[in-house]
Amino acid sequence: MALLDVKNLVLSFSGLQVINDLTFSVEDGSIASLIGPNGAGKTSVFNCLTGFYKPTGGDILFDQKKITRKKPHKITQLGMARTFQNLRLFKSMTVLENVMSGMHCRSSAGPVSSILRTNSQQKEEAEITTFCEECLDFVGILDEKDRTASNLSYGHQRRVEWARALATKPKILLLDEPAAGLNYDEKQQLISLIKRIRDELSITILLIEHDMGLVMKVSEKITVIDYGQKIAQGNAEEVQNNPKVIEAYLGKEEEEEEVA
Amino acid sequence: MGNSSNTPPNENNVESIRTGLFDRLQDQKNRLFILLVLAAIATLFPLVTDNYGLEVLTNVWFYVILCLGLNIVVGYAGLLDLGYAAFFAVGAYTTGILTSEFGVNFWLTIPVAILFSACAGCIIGGPTLRLRSDYLAIVTLGFGEIVRIIARNLEITGGASGLIGIERPSIFGFQLTQIIHFYYVFLILAIIAGFVSYRLQHSRMGRAWQYVREDEDAAEAMGINRVAVKLYAYVTGAIFGGVAGCFFAAKMSAISPETFQFQQSVLILLGVVLGGMGKIPGVIIGAFALVLFPEVFRDLGSMRILVFAIVMLIIMLYRPEGIWPAKKT
Amino acid sequence: MSIQDILLQQLANGLILGSFYALVALGYTMVYGIIKLLNFAHGDLYMIGSFVGFILLSFLSPFIGNSWAGILSSMVFSMIAVGLLGVLIQRIAYVPMLSAPRLSILITALAVSMVLSNSVMALTDGQYLAFPTDLSFDGVELGNVFITNTQMILVGASLVLMVVLYLFVHKTLYGKAMRAIAIDQDACRLMGINVNKIIALTFFIGTSLAAAAGIMAGTYYGSIHFFMGFVIGLKAFTAAVIGGIGSIPGAMLGGLLLGLLESFGTQIPFIGTEWKDVFSFGILILLLVFKPTGILGKTEIERM
Repeated sequence: MALLDVKNLVLSFSGLQVINDLTFSVEDGSIASLIGPNGAGKTSVFNCLTGFYKPTGGDILFDQKKITRKKPHKITQLGMARTFQNLRLFKSMTVLENVMSGMHCRSSAGPVSSILRTNSQQKEEAEITTFCEECLDFVGILDEKDRTASNLSYGHQRRVEWARALATKPKILLLDEPAAGLNYDEKQQLISLIKRIRDELSITILLIEHDMGLVMKVSEKITVIDYGQKIAQGNAEEVQNNPKVIEAYLGKEEEEEEVA
Repeated sequence: MGNSSNTPPNENNVESIRTGLFDRLQDQKNRLFILLVLAAIATLFPLVTDNYGLEVLTNVWFYVILCLGLNIVVGYAGLLDLGYAAFFAVGAYTTGILTSEFGVNFWLTIPVAILFSACAGCIIGGPTLRLRSDYLAIVTLGFGEIVRIIARNLEITGGASGLIGIERPSIFGFQLTQIIHFYYVFLILAIIAGFVSYRLQHSRMGRAWQYVREDEDAAEAMGINRVAVKLYAYVTGAIFGGVAGCFFAAKMSAISPETFQFQQSVLILLGVVLGGMGKIPGVIIGAFALVLFPEVFRDLGSMRILVFAIVMLIIMLYRPEGIWPAKKT
Repeated sequence: MSIQDILLQQLANGLILGSFYALVALGYTMVYGIIKLLNFAHGDLYMIGSFVGFILLSFLSPFIGNSWAGILSSMVFSMIAVGLLGVLIQRIAYVPMLSAPRLSILITALAVSMVLSNSVMALTDGQYLAFPTDLSFDGVELGNVFITNTQMILVGASLVLMVVLYLFVHKTLYGKAMRAIAIDQDACRLMGINVNKIIALTFFIGTSLAAAAGIMAGTYYGSIHFFMGFVIGLKAFTAAVIGGIGSIPGAMLGGLLLGLLESFGTQIPFIGTEWKDVFSFGILILLLVFKPTGILGKTEIERM
């Protein structure tokens, strides 16, 4: 049962073909990765999936519903959450407030009930706080909830991003280079966190990552793209031994000899 | 002294006195006590002053309402609105026309004005809140001008000379005619405005405004409809302006398009920026400064606004967060 | 007067109005193109240009007279002086704000605008000043339509300025640098281009064009006033948006189009002269909502 289905996706920017007829899918409840050399178009794929870029062609189906060209906030409401490659936390707000942003689309108190502090509004605020604290606890930084987000260490700021995405109660979580800037220990923690998110919370995971060790340890299915096209797909072993993948990352041996 | 600052004991004495004072202010109970004291002072103020002083302070409360309203748009949601006076005009003219032309009771004009201001907010905000902040600023400026020109050109709004003879309202038979009556009316409105602002700031909507202000795209990624959130801020601000306009019309009993010029919108913005955008005590202080400064320096005459503009420039360059200090974490 | 006569008259009016709008719009668009800032104070620099011209002309007229020689030389000096003022403002007020949130720099620009207009208001006591020119009302008759020499010379002067600007931007190295910086500032720095100097130059040119327009307006309308920058600022912005903000030919096209639209618009019975400002602002708003990139502008894609 494919939770996410990408069919013949095409994206071009003023003549530059960024994504070229890309087709892949992510099974419900799986941990999948999208890899490829630099400039292959991976983050652009994420941006198309989450509605920030409008694809020029093709379709994206999420939970059997077409979400191509829908607005980002609608897609998140439907259950697709994402983190950003370069950390986009709300810097001047507290950690807890950052996570609460995820709950905005899962709550409904409007201005009037907020002014009057109705019973249902107060109850909702309490629920929001409780759930967000649970998210923070899940990623292991509950004790930092009242600190200003920009004061945290880099590794902990990353965790705030993840907690924030979890707070949207997603069906699928898109992680954009979650290991960037992490040291060895933090990466091990990330691997177990990814597994826990899938095992305990039943959230499907799709990640973009450069750290091959992490990708191979954690992914059940890997899709490899280069120049906006799929060049290989399979489990870790299959992909590692695929000559096209090796070629994409290391370049053709023949070419190098010619230049020399 | 739980939240003492981290400054070493030999630090500048003034700084440590200031931070000590504001630490105490963070404490909930202390804050409530201080607010009550200030409210008492404000209530008893008429006893110690003459009609002129009352006139000035009534004006202060009036600007407090307007500045708090604009603060929601600019300070909370981060939208630069340069045509805020338009909503104030909508409220004032609604009350003016309904009472003068149609003999409607003043208090009934208020919900109508709220409706009209909210509609104006939707009409102006709906198509334009998607735009970049620079464009939004100019478009709101344009709309402010459009509203003013409409008011100046239509017959029903009294044309260039405006409306006169707007009836003074009465509560349960008691007619509000003197400045002291309006002083209390505006004081109560200002307190309501502050209360509503506070509740909104610390609510789901208030947080949403801050998310959108800090990083629109990240907010969208979190499932927040940024255009809807901005619209909420814009319409709420519009309602504040509209209500203020109703009571303004009742107090002045005459209004003209010249009251709603661009300069007015800028002055209200100045009040918000001066004290500290987004911070309720700051905005209130800004409103006080806005009205009291020209009173104190009355000899400046036409240079009044020039001095204000220079002050605004200096604040933006050297202390953009305004006079009121930021929350310490 | 027949319909043709009216249209021809409005065409003439529209062209000259359009020239003013185009010159001021150029400054807006150049500054926006290079540092993505809408300089609120730009319209007021147009006003300052006219007042500086007024002062210069008053001093120079005993020597060169009040006619074209005097006007054009005042214009040149005013362009230089006000251009330098524009650079000064950029250095003092905008450069420190470049790393601040967008809202802050917009408010700063607003503050600068108010300082400029209110300074002049204080100095002139809010009065209209008569522009001290002594020009004949000679002109050319085309049927029932009368076009003065003044109108033709002013339109001609504007065209000259626009052509010079176009050549500068497309044929000189400085112009190339300006266009490059508008595309990618960091890459330019890495290439060794003195970005700050070029930005200052852009401000200088844009401001001096506005100053020129200010003096032309003073000459054409006969009087100047501290608040004249406000409306022209909005109109010029509208013109820049019509043509496509960031595009120099766009600003010229937009300016002319807006001038013509406004002039013809005054003849539409419902609109007349009372509502022409509403008409122009209405165009602006409709444009921004439906086609913010204007006629010649490029759609910006934000890379995430």
